[in-house]
Amino acid sequence: MLDDLSRYLGSESNRELVLTQLVQHVPLALLPLVVGVVLAIPLGWLAQRHPLVRTALLGSANVVYTVPSLAFFVVIPGIIGTQILDPVNVVAALSIYTAALLVRPVVDALDAVPAHVVAAATAMGYRPLRRFLAVELPLAVPVLVAGVRVASVSNISLASVGALLGVGGLGALFTSGFQTSYLPPILVGIVLTLVLALVMDLVLVGLRWLLTPWARAGGTR
Amino acid sequence: MKRAWAVLALIATMVLAGCGGDPTKGGGGGGGGPLAIGSADFAESELLMELYAGALRSTGAQVQTRPRIGSREVLVRALQDGSLAVVPEYSGNLLNYLDKDASATKADEVYAQLRQKLPSGLEVLEKAAAEDKDVLVVTKETAQQRGLSSLEDLGPKCGDLVLGAAGEWRGRWEGRIRQLYGCAFKEIRTTDPAGPVTVEALRSGQVQVANLFTTASAIGVNGFVELADPKQMYPAQNVVPLVRSGAVDDRGRQALNRVSAALTTDKLAAMVRRIEVDKTSVVEVASGFLKENGF
Amino acid sequence: MTLSWLFDPAHWSGVDGIPVRLLQHLRYTLVAALAATLVAVPLGLFVGHTGRGGLVVVGGSNAMRALPTLGLVTFLFLVLGSGEVSALVALTVLAVPPVLAGTYAGIQDTDRGVVDAARGMGMTGWQRLWRVEVPNALPLLLGGVRNAVLQIVATTAVAAYVGLGGLGRFLLDGLRAFDYPKMVAGAVLVAALAMVLDLLLALLQRLVVPKGLRLAAGRRGRVPARAVERGGTDVAAAAATREGTSG
Repeated sequence: MLDDLSRYLGSESNRELVLTQLVQHVPLALLPLVVGVVLAIPLGWLAQRHPLVRTALLGSANVVYTVPSLAFFVVIPGIIGTQILDPVNVVAALSIYTAALLVRPVVDALDAVPAHVVAAATAMGYRPLRRFLAVELPLAVPVLVAGVRVASVSNISLASVGALLGVGGLGALFTSGFQTSYLPPILVGIVLTLVLALVMDLVLVGLRWLLTPWARAGGTR
Repeated sequence: MKRAWAVLALIATMVLAGCGGDPTKGGGGGGGGPLAIGSADFAESELLMELYAGALRSTGAQVQTRPRIGSREVLVRALQDGSLAVVPEYSGNLLNYLDKDASATKADEVYAQLRQKLPSGLEVLEKAAAEDKDVLVVTKETAQQRGLSSLEDLGPKCGDLVLGAAGEWRGRWEGRIRQLYGCAFKEIRTTDPAGPVTVEALRSGQVQVANLFTTASAIGVNGFVELADPKQMYPAQNVVPLVRSGAVDDRGRQALNRVSAALTTDKLAAMVRRIEVDKTSVVEVASGFLKENGF
Repeated sequence: MTLSWLFDPAHWSGVDGIPVRLLQHLRYTLVAALAATLVAVPLGLFVGHTGRGGLVVVGGSNAMRALPTLGLVTFLFLVLGSGEVSALVALTVLAVPPVLAGTYAGIQDTDRGVVDAARGMGMTGWQRLWRVEVPNALPLLLGGVRNAVLQIVATTAVAAYVGLGGLGRFLLDGLRAFDYPKMVAGAVLVAALAMVLDLLLALLQRLVVPKGLRLAAGRRGRVPARAVERGGTDVAAAAATREGTSG
């Protein structure tokens, strides 16, 4: 087994192939995180202010989350009018998952901002939009980052299903290894997926540290 | 306040960076971008894709490969909508896809009809001598027990037998095999395109007949028996590059034709064996062939 | 287009018909969910009750979330051979973490004061587990099962790639033949199955909240539905919230 693996990785063309797929995988999995965050923040803001929107949004977020990934990937081109092989389909589907996952934590986090903090900001003359960006949103960062961490792990793993639709990424290592009954590419793909998820998680923890200076002001958390 | 703007700015930059640098976006060529060469989702097609890609690179063209995209149905569409410039094809199956009632079976007839039937915007370059036909196989035991050596023997016994084949087999061949050999399988089980699922299903007895390709190394490795096809249900299947018109320049065409001229069935089967049995990487096998043939 | 595919009687019979594929999908889902529950619940109870190995369980199930389903399915197919067995093993493996996490969180979530009171009443460890901790843990435990079932339904569709039956066949075969209505019909059926199963489990989850807990919650003004929901589809989001607010 280890012999096979070292033989596989010993070949330069294989290493190149693995690297190409890794490079293709990263945007497939990570662009949706950005899009999802950008969608979830205004949606969460709306939902927190309007009870009707809240019910509708949280309800549909739950429904979206039950739709299996392969089904979603296949239906997207019909909805947004892309070509079936377009990697955009995978990005769009994963973005919607991410947004669905993040809406509730955003709403919860905004709910959790103490009323006296909001009142103080208002008293200081902050208008609603500025108050949201300067006070409420930063306070929601820890919760948001926690949600993004969950979404990041799940996106990195789900993106490989795109290989079934001819979209590149680490999933292509699974299909090609499978077709030639050859384990090393599959193992390499699994390991790289796990490593990528771990690295991204560390990056996000670092990002939270950067964005929440007040949390480290006291020394220990 | 500053921090909030910093967050927004960061997000905006990430979005912009992401949009600009998406390396997965395929360029179909023609528009000045790299030539995109695709392949179907099995090893031999990927090998042929690498051969074409290497030959085109030798002319100085910018080339991008898109391996394992899917079946012919998907590939042809991708050529037509401009996502791809070249894909490796097999003359008989491509003809059959374009015209369900096509009658030609011999290599030259198939090729001639194929050129007529291609929709405008697509063309085939010169065909190779190399062939890789669909073939129905059974295990040695089944062949002996039931006395099977050709599809004629199989016809009357189909009612007791389960076939394992890719999802598209049913639509392409179910009617034809009934018409030619009077064969109606007890069940057609969807496996995969002549890959490990099909081989495993046949070996384990889940299916008794399987659709493989003549170059598949699994046939020799497992001692499967190929059933002869005297009425030529499966037409000739010469390897041929299918290109989007105008996507490949003259030097590129000459290079692809040189690949076809050098490619024989034996060489193709030997290369497939190196990939499937010796687990050599597709790129390595392809570059070996290209080097031998002066690219 | 999709609707006419779905209602075409020809697609409702035979080995490749909707009823057969639906039942196959359901069968794989139930077998894998049952197997995962049998493995994960005892383990979760043990870890939650004794408090031993909690870190390993939480860390392990988080890492397992990152396991790519397609990779696991193809890997197990090549190692174990035969499609059905390997696919069922893969489905089970992927379903264990959510059930384990739900069980463990449920036991951990039990009010320590209540457990201490039970100890004060002279209950043994087993009695505390069965009469106090398990009933309290049921909503979160079932929340874990809900997540697991969603995971299995989705992965079963992917496992059609290694020759498994089920609704994933419509998706993949439809894709190969570029039969868009068939593909979309498959997608709709898989999504519908996932939603129906999720709804049934959500109902069950509401039913199993212990009466005592409901009464106590009513008195203390805590809404049990919220506890239930936290164990539901968004257990991950809830976990994220909890983790986020504490960090």
